[in-house]
Amino acid sequence: MKAFVDALAMLVGGALFGFGLALSGMIQPEVVLSFLRLQDFGLMLVMGGAIAVTATVYFFAPRRLARPLWGAAFMSRITTLDADLIRGSALFGIGWGLSGVCPGPAIAALGTGNLELLWSVAGLFVGAFLHGLLRSRPREAAVN
Amino acid sequence: MADFFPTGWQHFLAGGLVIGVGVSLMFVLSGRVVGLSSFFSSTWSWFSGLSHFQRDDLVQSRVWRLWVAIGLVLGAALWWWSTGQEAALHTSVSPVMLFVGGVLAGFGARLSNGCTSGHGICGLSSMSPAALVAVLVFMGFAMLTANLVAWLSGGGV
Repeated sequence: MKAFVDALAMLVGGALFGFGLALSGMIQPEVVLSFLRLQDFGLMLVMGGAIAVTATVYFFAPRRLARPLWGAAFMSRITTLDADLIRGSALFGIGWGLSGVCPGPAIAALGTGNLELLWSVAGLFVGAFLHGLLRSRPREAAVN
Repeated sequence: MADFFPTGWQHFLAGGLVIGVGVSLMFVLSGRVVGLSSFFSSTWSWFSGLSHFQRDDLVQSRVWRLWVAIGLVLGAALWWWSTGQEAALHTSVSPVMLFVGGVLAGFGARLSNGCTSGHGICGLSSMSPAALVAVLVFMGFAMLTANLVAWLSGGGV
């Protein structure tokens, strides 16, 4: 039962996310590229709208609720500012600028029958695998 | 206004608000801060024995991250159905650009621990200084790259 409720929460949350990405045009690489080429600033409104809602809830929910309605504890996002963050973000930006596709829209676009974006999904999986390979080597070498 | 938003602004803002409601709902219900790029690593934990993919956080989150991904597809499908379009969407970006861009974006997002949703939406909403740096860096590089590609392909900047 708990697993079902958890899955349902993530399915509905993901569906809202996907609907919003589609409604705002972010699942179309051309729309994202027109922002990156400074022709249409719509992406700023998408980010701004999403952040306005999310920041409010991230701020108030942990202060008003003892714990999440169906979960154990509120998590917080901890990211360290280091060289990998800069290098990774630069590479991410180059990839995003080449294709106009980032992880969320690559997945969501499949729901609109835009199967060409399977190329993006495949690329994202390959990129994540290469990162795992890089990160796994030292530890496995130490074991051997 | 029309100069900045030649295709209108309402659908952008409305879409952003819906995204925010989705991310917020997942937080209030489960307590999770949900970025989307980790899905591409956690899913590998089913298929690869590499130590990185067998990390607890990736193995323990792989099921719910898969549900979020299924939700993304269903939500976009619902939008597509609601618009009454008959033809599937199509992109003019070439398969090579989509694939190469995907590899770089996938590697980079995992190296920096986040993407447009993780650093952009969740990170900035958490008032994280590191996320702000990440967003400024990837926005800058993405704008440079997109303009360079347009210039090289003769489309003008």
